[in-house]
Amino acid sequence: MTLTSKTAAELQALLQKGEVTVTELTNETLKTIEKTEEQIHAFIHVAKEEATARAEQLDQAPADARGPLFGVPVGIKDNIVTKDMTTTCASKMLEDFVPVYNATVMDKLEAAGAINVGKLNMDEFAMGSTTETSFFGNTLNPWNTDYVPGGSSGGSAAAVAAGEVPLSLGSDTGGSVRQPAAFCGVVGMKPTYGRISRFGLTAFGSSLDSVGTFSRTVEDNALLLGVIAGEDDNDSSSSAKQVPDYKAALTGDIKGLKVAVPSAYLGEGVDAEVAATVKEALKVLESLGAVCEEVELPHVQYAPTTYYVISSSEAQSNLSRFDGLRYGYHTENAENLEQAYFRTRQEGFGDEVKKRILFGTYAMSADHHEDLYVRAQRIRTLIAQDFDKVFENYDVVIGPTAATTAFKLGETGGDQLVHYANDVLAVPANLTGRPALSVPCGFVNELPVGLQIMGKHFDEETLYNVGHAYEQATDFHKRTPAIREGN
Amino acid sequence: MNFETIVGLEIHVELKTDTKIMSPAPAHFGAEPNKNIHVTDIAYPGVLPTLNKKAVEFGMKASMALNCDIAPIMNFDRKHYFYPDNPKAYQISQDKRPVGSNGWIEIEVEGKKKKIRVERVHLEEDAGKLTHTENGYSLVDLNRQGTPLIEIVTEADVRSPEEAYAFLEKLKAIIQYTGVSDVRMEEGSLRCDANISLRPFGQEEFGTKTELKNLNSFNFIRRGIANEVARQEKVLLSGGTIQQETRRYDEATGETVLMRIKGSANDYRFINDPDLPEVHIEQEWMDRVRAEIPELPDARKARYVSELDLPEYDAHVLTLTKEMSDFFDATVKAGADPKLASNWLMGDVSAYLNAESKELHDTPLTPENLAQLVKLITDGTISSKIAKKVFTDLAKKGGNPADIVKEKGLVQISDEGTLRTIITEILDANEQSIEDFKNGKDRAVGFLVGQVMKATKGQANPPLVNKLLMEEIKKR
Repeated sequence: MTLTSKTAAELQALLQKGEVTVTELTNETLKTIEKTEEQIHAFIHVAKEEATARAEQLDQAPADARGPLFGVPVGIKDNIVTKDMTTTCASKMLEDFVPVYNATVMDKLEAAGAINVGKLNMDEFAMGSTTETSFFGNTLNPWNTDYVPGGSSGGSAAAVAAGEVPLSLGSDTGGSVRQPAAFCGVVGMKPTYGRISRFGLTAFGSSLDSVGTFSRTVEDNALLLGVIAGEDDNDSSSSAKQVPDYKAALTGDIKGLKVAVPSAYLGEGVDAEVAATVKEALKVLESLGAVCEEVELPHVQYAPTTYYVISSSEAQSNLSRFDGLRYGYHTENAENLEQAYFRTRQEGFGDEVKKRILFGTYAMSADHHEDLYVRAQRIRTLIAQDFDKVFENYDVVIGPTAATTAFKLGETGGDQLVHYANDVLAVPANLTGRPALSVPCGFVNELPVGLQIMGKHFDEETLYNVGHAYEQATDFHKRTPAIREGN
Repeated sequence: MNFETIVGLEIHVELKTDTKIMSPAPAHFGAEPNKNIHVTDIAYPGVLPTLNKKAVEFGMKASMALNCDIAPIMNFDRKHYFYPDNPKAYQISQDKRPVGSNGWIEIEVEGKKKKIRVERVHLEEDAGKLTHTENGYSLVDLNRQGTPLIEIVTEADVRSPEEAYAFLEKLKAIIQYTGVSDVRMEEGSLRCDANISLRPFGQEEFGTKTELKNLNSFNFIRRGIANEVARQEKVLLSGGTIQQETRRYDEATGETVLMRIKGSANDYRFINDPDLPEVHIEQEWMDRVRAEIPELPDARKARYVSELDLPEYDAHVLTLTKEMSDFFDATVKAGADPKLASNWLMGDVSAYLNAESKELHDTPLTPENLAQLVKLITDGTISSKIAKKVFTDLAKKGGNPADIVKEKGLVQISDEGTLRTIITEILDANEQSIEDFKNGKDRAVGFLVGQVMKATKGQANPPLVNKLLMEEIKKR
């Protein structure tokens, strides 16, 4: 087994004991990335020099100063701000943007000894679910390069699936971690809103956004979340709740676990084979002692519309700062201030981003504010109440992560409306601030299927334990895409 | 036709916190452009606002001093507009749930008391500053971006330029007493816009209003409103209509000038700021902040009149600033006669401060020293006239006035023998004046007193000189 196919936990064991040096691992990683990138294009920027220098530095560090991710290579979605390293949000608007500060998660990763090996591709400003709206070209699915990796964190999922990195960070505003995790057959966690600091995550929908974690095993995911979670003075919406020892929660014992399966999650709009795969997974959980029951979520059908109104309204606000005056793209074709604003934004943003800004601005305008924005807020409350009620009696809500397997390249044209059925599954976790985990649960036509486990606020421990129990009972996570052969 | 003037005021007050309202950058004046900034102030991607609790407390304190209700739960909203001084393209402000609402201030104009209602007090960020250069470039300085502000909005209760002036004078004093702002118009820490309209007396509904900006002093506000009222009156009387527009007061001509016509209102697309959780203001917090508010001008004024027997006018002038009022209180506490202390503070002290463009704290004057000076007068050690000389030194160098008197040999001559000798000499030398006086020319006495004062370098006790002089003249 090569170094790069090992999990972060396995690598840790080797690195901490000094059986492998950080430099050796980093060189291997960079070699693998170089080879694999030709086929999947998961990275926007490979931080070769920075990673090499950091590896040398870490090899000099005294053994007792080694953090929990000592020497482990990590890839970072390119909407997470990295000091002195380009952060493009996959947009022409920030093509050459080099931040002067680090996101809180980057500081935490660094303190834990991780190595940032580069910035990962995504849909422009995280808007999309195929990674096709990236200004830098799309990423391909490692299982079959005729397919998309999902999105918006497509690069983060593909890089982990293809064995380029054992861990990566993404962001999830409406499924952007979980859906690509499902499409690429890896583990993806969107934790509770406020669990991870958003400071340094380029805002899309501020009330929905969360940094998320990718890995090939549940254990690795728990390790990564444990490092980056926690309160941050720079983020008022971050929670003061103590970060538990997630790894300690992985007992594998789920006897008596109460599982709610919403009828809508396996009904109309969900691919029959995907539904069948998920039903098989539920049987596995039952065999481990879980009790699965069907439940109703009366308002969940309105979740996608609600999500679009709220996320676009917040996006038009958050993206207003990109005016080319202080950083980023600035038009050459302006003769006055108004033109500078219009043309910078016209030329700097891609179509999907412009569409959402337009829709969000419309939804926020004086004439439509009550009808759209205010009404969406009310429905958001109703949807939250639906879930609150279910969670009074159940520990987790389970269904497919996505309604289908990965789309063919160009199949959707990046048009978000095509993904409506997916959104019913994905966006409630964001609208309600609840944690949700996607774990690989099978294949349909040789493309991975994801099982979504949604939980109580700040109960990531149960999600990890359920995921871990399932993982121990199945072999899906052990299958690797052909692209990794020889790695 | 007679018109009634209707004015509503919008006042921005800068809060003097150490750091900005939503970032840890310093909130001070005078730094090099773009030095006092944090990544949050430049609206970098990924930055988040963090609310300065001190700014909230200052907002609460100001609201309480203006008799407002304090919101038990308040939140912050984003107000959107594109402009280079507004880096996020939204200003963090308070739309639906401001920190204070339903307050009032009592003013007095021509002896009549009146309450002006304060509709709301809300917290918000200040914008950056633009400087337009001659070569066509505009320079952006974001030092001011994020400085905490409160906006105070009155109901349309003001009925004359004089009432506006009285309101602002009172508002300034109250805010200044609370210590949350320097409230200096010349430094921009107090800014005021006025909404002005006219309606025929007896009419219920308001006329169309214009908004008046660029009002850079209380006097300009008074004149600006008066001019705008006159302009509107002329338009209405000639059969015209008032347009909803923003006008600027031109200090040079004293006229108001059209800036822009307001079409439909700006669409600021207010949205609750998801980055900032609701702020819950518990009773305990409220009580603690309330306890920090000092005795306010109205209460002090009443105390000066009832307890210290000061005239209303003195009480008013002394309480215009907290510094003056505190100084007065301390002077009286140090044993000075209240009315004399008041005279000195309103007279020589204020004249000195004006002439030197100084504030009390810029001088070495202390309440103890001023009290000592007043006591030297009341016990007859020096005359009021000599006291003025002593004060000149005191204001410049400070110290115990008794020492200055001694050092300069300014002690009043009240010894009858000494004075009688001097008076005899002067009468001997001015027989013509004695003659004149006896012939009914009262002025001659003044001349003789002046000669005595001259001979004693002004140190003779004036009443005693008068008395002895009359006695000596009668003897001749």
